[in-house]
Amino acid sequence: MPFKFFSAVCLLAFTIVTGTGVYGATDICAPGSVGASDAATPMTQTILPNIFDPHSPPARMIQELSWLVLGISGGLFIVVEGMILYGVIMYRRKKNQKNGAEPRQVYGSNPVEIAWTIIPLLIVFVLTLTTVRAIRSIELTEAPEGALQVVVIGHQWWWEYRYLDPNVPGGQVIVANELHVPINRPVWLRLESADVIHSWWVPALAGKMDLIPNHTNQTWFTAETEGLYLGQCAEYCGNQHAGMLLRVVASKPADFDAWMQTQIAPTVNDPSVAMGRDIFQEYACSTCHTIKGISDGQFAPDLTHLMSRQTIASGVAPLDPATLRAWINNPQELKPGCNMPSLQLDSQELDAVTAYLLTLR
Amino acid sequence: MTTAPIHPINEADMGLGSRVHSWVISVDHKKLGLMYIGIGLIFFVIGGIEATLMRLQLLKPLNDVLTPQGFNQMFTMHGTTMVFLVGMPILLGFGNYLIPLMIGARDMAFPRLNAFGLWLFIFGGLLLYYSFIGGDGLYGMGGAPDTGWFAYSPLTSKAFSVGHATDYWILGIMVSGFGSMTTAINFLATIVCMRCPGMKWMRMPLFVWLMLTVGVLVLVALPVLTGAQVMLLFDRFLGAHFFDPQQQGSVIFWQHLFWFFGHPEVYILILPAFGMICEIIPVFSRKVIFGYPLMVAATLSIAFISLGVWAHHMFSIGMPPWLNSIFAASTFLIAVPTGMKIFNWIGTMWGGQIRFTVSMMFATGFLVMFLFGGLTGIMLAVVPFDWQLSDSYFVVGHFHYVLFGGTILAVFSAIFYWFPKATGRMLSEPMGKWTFWLLMIGLTLAFLPMHLSGMLGMPRRVYTYQPGRGFEIWNLISTIGVPFQILGVLLFVINVIKSLIHGRVAGPDPWDAWTLEWATSSPPPSENFPKIPTCTSARPLWDRKHPEDPDFFYE
Repeated sequence: MPFKFFSAVCLLAFTIVTGTGVYGATDICAPGSVGASDAATPMTQTILPNIFDPHSPPARMIQELSWLVLGISGGLFIVVEGMILYGVIMYRRKKNQKNGAEPRQVYGSNPVEIAWTIIPLLIVFVLTLTTVRAIRSIELTEAPEGALQVVVIGHQWWWEYRYLDPNVPGGQVIVANELHVPINRPVWLRLESADVIHSWWVPALAGKMDLIPNHTNQTWFTAETEGLYLGQCAEYCGNQHAGMLLRVVASKPADFDAWMQTQIAPTVNDPSVAMGRDIFQEYACSTCHTIKGISDGQFAPDLTHLMSRQTIASGVAPLDPATLRAWINNPQELKPGCNMPSLQLDSQELDAVTAYLLTLR
Repeated sequence: MTTAPIHPINEADMGLGSRVHSWVISVDHKKLGLMYIGIGLIFFVIGGIEATLMRLQLLKPLNDVLTPQGFNQMFTMHGTTMVFLVGMPILLGFGNYLIPLMIGARDMAFPRLNAFGLWLFIFGGLLLYYSFIGGDGLYGMGGAPDTGWFAYSPLTSKAFSVGHATDYWILGIMVSGFGSMTTAINFLATIVCMRCPGMKWMRMPLFVWLMLTVGVLVLVALPVLTGAQVMLLFDRFLGAHFFDPQQQGSVIFWQHLFWFFGHPEVYILILPAFGMICEIIPVFSRKVIFGYPLMVAATLSIAFISLGVWAHHMFSIGMPPWLNSIFAASTFLIAVPTGMKIFNWIGTMWGGQIRFTVSMMFATGFLVMFLFGGLTGIMLAVVPFDWQLSDSYFVVGHFHYVLFGGTILAVFSAIFYWFPKATGRMLSEPMGKWTFWLLMIGLTLAFLPMHLSGMLGMPRRVYTYQPGRGFEIWNLISTIGVPFQILGVLLFVINVIKSLIHGRVAGPDPWDAWTLEWATSSPPPSENFPKIPTCTSARPLWDRKHPEDPDFFYE
């Protein structure tokens, strides 16, 4: 009972302390501020990466477990620090105690020592059982019934998502950096890496899981609230580890289906921006980027439906015409150390390529 | 200076050149120990400068004090320096200095091997730092290593680490690692073979027990790291594929090897601190250590269990549930002997007459801070909780509480306690108190908020962070902690220099202590004891001071 009370106090303190940070937050790409007018999902709220604000079963189970753990460790902290404090204050040398007059020497006490071996053992026993049970209920080895299946591939320094769907040509729908999911439906992620180790961590949805080359991992979540969930790569992966941000958009099933239709739709081919498209094809852009029917590069994000995203550079910058142009002009300015080179385009070419990309809805 | 007539040469009469020369050629365990500690403290300052640069970069979101690669180099060098070039040498240095004195021996078992170990450490450190100049390899590939102190594969492969920075990391750590291994062999041989008459196993000072255990851990754990580094060199230069995922090598294999070393390493860094506290708390509480046999048993079980917990650093790599459960259980289990130690220290203070010298203040600070770090460690062992906390700033906060709040505070406590023995002069107590409070405030400000930013979703090792996620205030407070720490360390350096020249003369036994190192002059003569002492109990000097009530009555 005291543990529960203590957990409640911890919760309260934590909410008070972090409250302003959590609810007064704004995202660089908050709805309305960017050119994502045709994103199929009207955004309701931005959900910050706070592990105590769960919106999915795994994250909630972890939060419930964490109250128990925080309660036990908090209780131990207060008891033992209290003992230290009491000892330090009560057994200070008094003014009337002289050198040489030593206190009584106590060499030990079997009952006391056995007590402070047994009690921690009992606590450890409880913690172990609780932990094992929680591991069993969170760590699934097979996809939940009716789950949306997505392969996540970590790249230096961006995310690739492949929706497995037997009904589309090729069996998969490939998008980059922004994961869209329907609410209240389990999402089963298969995690892989194209280069080094990354880690997929959206705290409000689930604990982190690593993406390891030549080794497949799984994780799952069920988003329960509509909104934009934030997170970022949690395993150091080189220069731009900090610039590998995660964005998950959870929306009503109908909105999700509408978004999926935009991703399946054929590439927009607007003759008025043919010059930009030619530059894209002739220069090195096409070596790395795929635009369906135009190019098939594998090293960088798929741009077929670029304009259905809110951000570029893996969430580092908002997707608006000026930023996009600056990004193409010199990616090292926005995201120093990233793998995209500056192609030294002149001003006219830059305008043309930017105009072309802006048509890719 | 109390110079005994048996001294063949009086150092004060020598010129600077020959004094330096006498240190360089020395095989005396006391000089080697002091050099270990001194050079470790220099690296401590260097590692501190690296940390300061990182904190400046993280002062506000999207700051640009450092480039991304520059920041990555700073945290790699900070971690590597603090573990291999600060923690290990300082603690091994204390072992070197104190073990022969505490067991009543004239020197270590292998004095020349001892000197060899010191110089390997020094040159290993220089090799690592030479990477700032020589790591380039190719133009623009940058100097120092930037793969993190645990150098996860495949970031260390030729494909992702193009210059020579990783090679300097491998060689520098390998060379200084060989030094640590020779020192460990020396500890074991000395403690097993060279105890003075009457010093049975259960009469050894607990510090010696702890260093014996550390010696075993170094010998079991470090060769695994060295082996892994040799394999990595093979990968990089001879076309091997141990850690190369494209050729069916395994990057997880590196993690297992590294952490099989890495977790015992954590105990290599904290057990000597336990040993120091085991000596210091009894003397300043004026009481015998509470539960000596239990302390020995706890030490041995910590060492044993610590060899079976390594994969708790890897809970997020997707291990099967049963394996996660086993490593969670073994990790919880290690809390039991650690708890016993903390309780026994409190039991020692209980009913005592505590004298709050600076040394005792640091020892109390150690108890308070280490307990906090230990409890957050238990949280991290709860696997699902760790899936949220692992690799976040919570972990950074946790291990700084253990290593700064634990090891470094214990080292300061030990320096204030044994400085009079090593130099013959006392450190200034008022200045020491300032250092203590500045460090306590500085480390609380710097490391407590890290737990919060971690729980709010800030991963470790990011060169910058996004605004609006609630990280700003905690990072700002962390950075504010830095000047307090700088000031504390600066005062300490001034204190050491001033006290070396003007400090109060200490005499052989300034603390009225009980172990054998206080039975000889301060500083001890080069042969340590004019006549090899005999040991009558775990507290030989208590027996001499209290012939009416000696310890051996209670054995």
